[in-house]
Amino acid sequence: MCGIVGLFCKTQTHRHELGRLTEVMLGEMGDRGPDSAGFAVYDAGAPDRTRITVLAEGLAVDWGPIAADLEAALAAEVTVRAVHDHAVFSTDGDGRAARQWLIDHVAGATVLAYGSQIELYKAVGYPDQVAERYDLASRTGTHALAHTRMATESAITTAGSHPFATGADTCLVHNGSLSNHNRLRRFLEAHGESFQTENDSEVAAGYLSWRIRSGDSISEALVGALDDLDGFYTFAIGVADGFAILRDPIACKPAVVAETDDWVAMSSEYRAIARLPGAADADIWEPEPARIYSWSLAA
Amino acid sequence: MRGAVRSFDLAEVTRRSFNQALHDAADGASFEVINPRGAHAVACGITADIDVVVRGSVGYYCAGMHQQGRVRVEGNASTGLAENIMSGEVHITGNATMSAGATGCGGLLVVGGNSGARCGISMKGVDIVVGGNVGHMSAFMAQAGNLVVCGDAAADLGDSIYEAQLFVRGDVESLGADCVEKEVRPEHLDTLGRLLAAAGAAAGGADPGDFRRYGSARRLYNFTIDDVDAAEAAARAAGGDHR
Repeated sequence: MCGIVGLFCKTQTHRHELGRLTEVMLGEMGDRGPDSAGFAVYDAGAPDRTRITVLAEGLAVDWGPIAADLEAALAAEVTVRAVHDHAVFSTDGDGRAARQWLIDHVAGATVLAYGSQIELYKAVGYPDQVAERYDLASRTGTHALAHTRMATESAITTAGSHPFATGADTCLVHNGSLSNHNRLRRFLEAHGESFQTENDSEVAAGYLSWRIRSGDSISEALVGALDDLDGFYTFAIGVADGFAILRDPIACKPAVVAETDDWVAMSSEYRAIARLPGAADADIWEPEPARIYSWSLAA
Repeated sequence: MRGAVRSFDLAEVTRRSFNQALHDAADGASFEVINPRGAHAVACGITADIDVVVRGSVGYYCAGMHQQGRVRVEGNASTGLAENIMSGEVHITGNATMSAGATGCGGLLVVGGNSGARCGISMKGVDIVVGGNVGHMSAFMAQAGNLVVCGDAAADLGDSIYEAQLFVRGDVESLGADCVEKEVRPEHLDTLGRLLAAAGAAAGGADPGDFRRYGSARRLYNFTIDDVDAAEAAARAAGGDHR
């Protein structure tokens, strides 16, 4: 089943409580998937710096020496802070290179996301607990995506939890299952993407990253996804300055969108949206199959 | 409404206790529910001749398995609104998402706004009136009843339809397998007039004369001789005899 939520603050009004509102939405979707949960939050960040969120589940990692080694490898400044079993690196060097270095050099760790604005946390367990452990409620920012998982296509592991991010500031949550992910993973690997799990949704994230890295806008990348991804999906996608939704042409997997002057929210079910301020007066609709919806901070 | 209205606040009481009160009610009772906030299975399994008004939007399977009574939702509804309705009426003022009226055997479902994909899927006698549009594959495998769409119908309307009648006032993006346009005869205008009147304001004063009728071409009912040939060929290829 799985539950997905996304909240995109069009104005300043709710950015100070983005995390709290996202936590409320995610909690409402707990019934749809109690196996694991995760969230990605986009904030303004610092210009010219990349943050890389790393998960080291069950490992006792001393992050300081790793940051020092990464600093040497990048020939750029690196800082790091630990958040339970996650660590967030920050560098003014090449973020994509830093991501790959961490994948290659931190045994057992998973790089969850990188970019100037995104931080991403995930864990096995009920969504309320995951949100609390990583203090989702205190986070501020422009937009957030979250997911609560009922595992079908791969095992219940933290690394197999959503959201998935493989490109800079690009992340995806998925309700559904893809049927051509193995072939597509091989194709993408041959075109420079690297994957860290056997999960089908990570392939979808990698696909979008590849298209965006090749020069596509998020909307163009999603047009390609309609042709190249086979299976059932409702996706919510975050990029640095925007938010998008896509459902497959059959549209078995639920989605509802609500929009006010201040925010756009999407969820698997309306009850997550019902808890938002102003929901009673929002425009509410079901996204149509095979139609790309996107919102941009620039607009 | 008849008698005193009993009010339930779903922010205060459980959905289960509210539904139980409906199941325990005698004919003629009236209920109101506030703060549904997208809860699932609101007003499910009603069997008595009662009235229920839901003030706000509901989640999945609202008024499922409905019999006799009348449920009015002032808001939107999610998947499976009035699923398997047997009799009575379910009326929502807003939009419904997927599979509204699925497998309904009787009664009337009125959607004031749009209804999403697969509206009336496998309908078996229910009458459905939609004030707005319906999504793709509506009336898929429909077997009996009437689907009246005052707006447009998305792709593959009436795919693999048996015997239900489909009336659409606006555009039909495409018809599904074995669904064809049919002549509108006086009895169909009577049916439309009756259903549009029953839908009230949701039908927006639509004129029965503005609708086109669609139904089954009945080509999928039985094996045709070509199908027999195909089956025999398959049996021979498999080394057997299919006669």
